[in-house]
Amino acid sequence: MRVALFLTCVNDTLYPDTGRAVLKLLTRLGVDVDFPMDQTCCGQAHYNTGYRHQAEPLARHFSDVFGEYEAIVTPSGSCGAMVRELYPRMGERARAEGRGDTLAKTLAPVVPKTYELTEFLVDVLGVTDVGAYYPHTVTYHPTCHGLRSLGLGDRPRRLLQAVKGLELRELPGADECCGFGGTFAVKNPDVSAAMGTDKVRSAESTGAEVLCAADNSCLMHIGGTMARLSTAMRPVHIAEILASTEEEPSA
Amino acid sequence: MSGTFVGMPAFPEAAHDAVNNRTLRGNLRHATHTIRAKRAKAVAEVSDWAALREAGKQIKDHTLRHLDRYLVQLEESVTAAGGTVHWAADADEANRIVTRLVKETGETEVVKVKSMATQEIALNEALEAEGIRAYETDLAELIVQLGKDRPSHILVPAIHRNRGEIRDIFRSEMGAWGRPAPEGLTDTPAELADAARLHLREKFLRAKVGVSGANFMVAETGTLVVVESEGNGRMCLTLPETLISVVGIEKIVPTWQDLEVFLQTLPRSSTAERMNPYTSTWTGTTDGDGPRTFHLVLLDNGRTDTLADEVGRQALRCIRCSACLNVCPVYERAGGHAYGSVYPGPIGAILSPQLRGTASEIDASLPYASSLCGACYEVCPVAIDIPEVLVHLRERIVEGGPVTREGAKVVLKPAKGHAAERAAMRGARWAFSHPGALRAGQRLASRTRRFHPRTLPGPGKAWSASRDLPEVPAEPFRDWWQRTHGGKDAK
Repeated sequence: MRVALFLTCVNDTLYPDTGRAVLKLLTRLGVDVDFPMDQTCCGQAHYNTGYRHQAEPLARHFSDVFGEYEAIVTPSGSCGAMVRELYPRMGERARAEGRGDTLAKTLAPVVPKTYELTEFLVDVLGVTDVGAYYPHTVTYHPTCHGLRSLGLGDRPRRLLQAVKGLELRELPGADECCGFGGTFAVKNPDVSAAMGTDKVRSAESTGAEVLCAADNSCLMHIGGTMARLSTAMRPVHIAEILASTEEEPSA
Repeated sequence: MSGTFVGMPAFPEAAHDAVNNRTLRGNLRHATHTIRAKRAKAVAEVSDWAALREAGKQIKDHTLRHLDRYLVQLEESVTAAGGTVHWAADADEANRIVTRLVKETGETEVVKVKSMATQEIALNEALEAEGIRAYETDLAELIVQLGKDRPSHILVPAIHRNRGEIRDIFRSEMGAWGRPAPEGLTDTPAELADAARLHLREKFLRAKVGVSGANFMVAETGTLVVVESEGNGRMCLTLPETLISVVGIEKIVPTWQDLEVFLQTLPRSSTAERMNPYTSTWTGTTDGDGPRTFHLVLLDNGRTDTLADEVGRQALRCIRCSACLNVCPVYERAGGHAYGSVYPGPIGAILSPQLRGTASEIDASLPYASSLCGACYEVCPVAIDIPEVLVHLRERIVEGGPVTREGAKVVLKPAKGHAAERAAMRGARWAFSHPGALRAGQRLASRTRRFHPRTLPGPGKAWSASRDLPEVPAEPFRDWWQRTHGGKDAK
């Protein structure tokens, strides 16, 4: 199967380790992974901030770059939800504005074959034990778009539970938003920071060494809050845990 | 809408104090988490919840699509049953009608059933200005009224107050409004409830005029429905000689059978009860039973304008259960007052800017009062996709575009104050449309990474005030990929 890695602009620019982890993991599972060099951004930041018309060319660009692949895998529930849930909606809105079916038709091919990483592992590859080794205590924070837009359910937790050496601790109030929300973090800094602090405090209460999630943007906000609060925990993307092996452990 | 909220600052500013008020945060957290857990349990008991939710959505959408027809049918039914229907285009008109109707009775006081519509139009203040005193009889509304406060929750208007604060309000204020609080009143719930009961009983027995809203209006029979927990509503609806009900036009359902759905979803979503303790229905007037005169004031106040918007109109499905408030992490920290409207929380963030327009600072900021986490959509018993409407309203603010105001199509200009953001979004869009430019930017960020400050100026300041920035890596992924896997360079 020829799979394209959609790394997302945030991961590409700030968290390249996540990309390397996905590559290592999928290759280990026998998947032929390509990274289309022309990929940029799915347009979510534009769309969610109210710039839908600015997001449209980015969505078209996404379809141009990824349209030919059998599957598109991304280590981000949020960007995955943008393609799967909001691209069809962008097409509908364009139609409602009297601009015809062009946008909907352009975007349609990428919608059903875009998968968030844990979905791809469990649903497409049919694995929950990916042969990982990670001797740490971990608590899992389900990020909102993965949880509610994509309905990832217990897939990430099942994957983590199968990791050798890993002890999973339940996070109290797991399904509560961490307060990132894209531009929300900047537009409503007080509320965002209060939500972030509460999330870090409940993570701390688990006593785990690592807080894991499937979105680096949320982890950036949570991790930045942890650093400011001098918390001993580390934020780690789930791909890095699943990629870790006894031979090549990740931190 | 209410004049009380004119000149409200934007949401982030209004939320600032609440976020830093430990008592308020504690009260809100305790209350919302308690009711959230109870609601989840009550909903889980119903095996066909998803079907009920879909049915509620369909009934409301159907009714809104044919609102003109059902409103005419309702007017005919109410009139045939001996009631009188009045139409109010906005808050001022509704207040003028109610004031005139009360004056015609010769009375100078009214008892009130808790009603969002009368809060929305600030009826109490309008009556007060004409020398008519309106007594709130819902316990939480009473607390808010005695405390010269504003409601901060749709269902639990005094959610922001704890027991000690309520005792203090009762002790110091009750006497000025009627029967004073008993000597030595403590903050135990039973004693507080008893004090309120004695205080209110005098009002019920004396009142000649009652004012209410309604949860539903049934078009086929002209019946109005109020659901409540305390029984005060039934007192107000049955004891006075004259009953005046002020109801938003979207509260209509076609038939009695439609109530089947909402009388299951509303109590479970709002108070986590299987069935609300009191369901009162009234149809016109009946000799020797209940009020001898009944007036229905049908309130528009921005509703038909909202109906004209194909994305935003779903907000009119709302049955005011307040489940979205109780799960909202933003509401939990900011409190209800920060929303600058009688409709706080996620539903308020989409309803107020549609009913009132987006011209004021507070209304233009409300669509951003959300992290788009989606918890509100998940719990909504009529499946209002609140995040979708929030994003739609953000678009209206930054891009402008056609909207309906007071029945006429107008084209809004983009709001001021978003120029820098708009330029940044355009810049980002350009860079993301040119992979080569994106790559050059990434390389620049990587090469200068040792010089990046820990705190940022400008809009980034809000980020770095409470969070550390991530370190920029030495090499973006795409450069690493090209170096190790020989991917061809970007165009």
